[in-house]
Amino acid sequence: MKHYHLKSCIPLVIALVGLLWIPGCKPKGTQSAVSGNAASKVYVAPGKYDEFYNFVSGGFSGQMSVYGLPSGRLFRVIPVFSVDPEKGWGYSEETKPMLNTSHGFVPWDDLHHIALSVTGSEHDGRWAFGNANNTPRIARIDLKTFRTAEIIEIPNSAGNHSSPFITENSEYVVAGTRFSVPLGDKLDVPINTYKENFKGTVSFIGVDKTSGDMSIAFQILLPGINFDLARAGKGRSAGWFFFSCYNSEKANTLLEVNASQKDKDFIMAVNWKKAEAYAKAGKGVKKAVTYAHNKYDDAKHSATSTMMNEVLMLDPKDCPDMVYFMPCPKSPHGCDTDPTGEYIVGSGKLAAVIPVFSFAKIEAAIAAKNYDGEYDGIPVLKYEAVLHGEVKKPGLGPLHTEFDDKGNAYTSFFVSSEIVKWNVKTLEVIDRVPTYYSIGHLCVPGGPTKKPWGKYVIAYNKITKDRYLPTGPELTQSAQIYDISGEKMKLLLDFPTIGEPHYAEAIPADLIMKNSRKIFKIEENKNPYAALGDNNAKVERKGNEIHVYMTSIRSHFTPDNIEGVKLGETVYFHVTNLEQDWDVPHGFAVKGANNAELLIMPGETQTLKWTPEKVGVYPMYCTDFCSALHQEMQGYIRVSPGGANVPLTFSTGKTAPAATEKKDTTAKPN
Amino acid sequence: MNPSKLLSVLLFTGSVFAFSCKEGAKKDPKPIDIQELTKDQPETHGTEIKETDITLGTPLDQAMVSIGKSTYELKCQSCHRLTEEKLVGPGWKGVTQRREPLWIMNMITNVDMMLASDPEAQKLLELCLVRMPNQNLVMEDARKLLEFMRSNDGVK
Repeated sequence: MKHYHLKSCIPLVIALVGLLWIPGCKPKGTQSAVSGNAASKVYVAPGKYDEFYNFVSGGFSGQMSVYGLPSGRLFRVIPVFSVDPEKGWGYSEETKPMLNTSHGFVPWDDLHHIALSVTGSEHDGRWAFGNANNTPRIARIDLKTFRTAEIIEIPNSAGNHSSPFITENSEYVVAGTRFSVPLGDKLDVPINTYKENFKGTVSFIGVDKTSGDMSIAFQILLPGINFDLARAGKGRSAGWFFFSCYNSEKANTLLEVNASQKDKDFIMAVNWKKAEAYAKAGKGVKKAVTYAHNKYDDAKHSATSTMMNEVLMLDPKDCPDMVYFMPCPKSPHGCDTDPTGEYIVGSGKLAAVIPVFSFAKIEAAIAAKNYDGEYDGIPVLKYEAVLHGEVKKPGLGPLHTEFDDKGNAYTSFFVSSEIVKWNVKTLEVIDRVPTYYSIGHLCVPGGPTKKPWGKYVIAYNKITKDRYLPTGPELTQSAQIYDISGEKMKLLLDFPTIGEPHYAEAIPADLIMKNSRKIFKIEENKNPYAALGDNNAKVERKGNEIHVYMTSIRSHFTPDNIEGVKLGETVYFHVTNLEQDWDVPHGFAVKGANNAELLIMPGETQTLKWTPEKVGVYPMYCTDFCSALHQEMQGYIRVSPGGANVPLTFSTGKTAPAATEKKDTTAKPN
Repeated sequence: MNPSKLLSVLLFTGSVFAFSCKEGAKKDPKPIDIQELTKDQPETHGTEIKETDITLGTPLDQAMVSIGKSTYELKCQSCHRLTEEKLVGPGWKGVTQRREPLWIMNMITNVDMMLASDPEAQKLLELCLVRMPNQNLVMEDARKLLEFMRSNDGVK
């Protein structure tokens, strides 16, 4: 609504019809103007679908969550870097290798950013990438199954924050180290020798066009500063990648003060096409490292972890014209390129302006060698030479910027707790709305692509306080959705989220839902422990191990009576779900198992390892309500003392009078 | 102008004004019907099989019997015995005498439709209490299973 409307209309009609229109035009107050039709804009009727999927980082939960927009309804939490007993992720034998690293099995991480795959800088709906911030890794989620398909560890990195942003055709996702650290052979050094011994790297991880498989193409060796966020160029700048950097002071303690000394830090511009050519031309040096590469196979329904031992390192000293620094005020955080690829927005956390850089000017400054000296041998471009302009007094604490389809930018302000809308070309502030409270990242559907869908901006807030019913000291996380279809932004809805969301992306539902997998075909199940049909259900003893090849279908297990297990033996339940109907998983749990349940999708095989510690008869049952007789989907497994003489037998639907002794190590059905 | 006319004019003015407040309320030129998009999904749900789709012959096609048997072992055996014994579902002995081929094949490929409309199928659900799972079988699979059932019932 515009103020002149208000002024001209009020004297005419307020006396008689005021009540009819006031709710729609109420000016903003401290309650934030939620207009009368806000509810209808986020209401998705029962049985109807949302317009967008919202892939939201789970922060310190280590997972990725999926919401519908505009309703804010939670659809799924995809386990990625943290174990999830509900889904058996990291507990089943098949999924354990996914969490393997060079530090062994790591059951938790901190997932900060999302990158959806793109073709021609537009969403293609194939994969979502997420970064592990603590033990540096990148995960690829297959959007057909909404499951983690691959995790690759990043060597020579410590705190993989500047990640997993993506190039225009998903050629590479990047991984810039937040912490610089000692690299190579000289690892045991005094911390206060930071300036001599600590180095940073950014990694370019190649993504296979067809399969999506990741491999580290090359790393770039960089000065010992901190890499924060990044964005690929688009259009004419598509061959470049921009990284925000802080701590150009190279402080190793009390960074809050010591890394805030300089007036300007940097945005680093990397000509990745050139880097790629240098890598191909053999300009890199192979470095010995150790990192894990884990892949999940949808046919074998199981993961493998491979230890890799080499990475190609490019040194800017040997690779001229590959890396440049651009001065950027005060510890830049967000580093975002607009849909045209011409403008690069830096957001200095402590700056009073938002600098906007021009790619055309960057190219011109490089051509003219318009430098402001060097930093550790890397040319620093003159600030004024590459600057398109500054947004003056936009707010306090600018963090991140997203874009709509009309040439506008939306920047989040943590300190002043607001979203500010401004015009990318004219740099004029158009509108501002408060967020509740202290917004971090924000998301416009398609906002980081060449083709933003606009319509909404979602705020992912860092502080919740009084927005929801209190739940003790720890509160849910708070997201808010605003309508941006008009000139003014309008708050529509608050919705709670899991973990602590950092970055998120939203994508039209139709790009994904039509490909969504409903079942795994049982005929294509290549798990070596699958029981394809009841004739293959069996129990085998292999040395100290008992392998149960079990089938499940509404509503029984085959076998469901097992005897002859001895204390000291380890039992592997390999459960195959024979169902071929959408949304009919079966669960499996056995009393006393000190790991988790299995949740087995139709056509899938999953394995639970169980080492009983006491003699007895143990119940096992299906945990996922599957039919009217779900409660009957249960069975027993008998565990006898170590020296017992109970033969290994199994059955379903038989009440055998007595089991006959078997000399064979493979048990026979009763 | 009488008072009621004045009121209605003002109401009209007000409603026009209220409309002008609704920025961005203009409709998308081509709204996406997301519901419509779900119809194009790869899961096989049976298309209804018609009488004319089925031809039976003797002697049995042994290749079909053999494929039907392996499908049975993978997808049906958990619940159906080859004898008259009822497990989760009825035993298959005699099924080709009890039921028409059309009924059997639609039951295999198109359970939801049968349970919604066919009185005999509904009677079976009351008896067994478990909806027969959709096992992702198409008409050709069902025909081979039927051949295997005929073989099980002694047809040569």
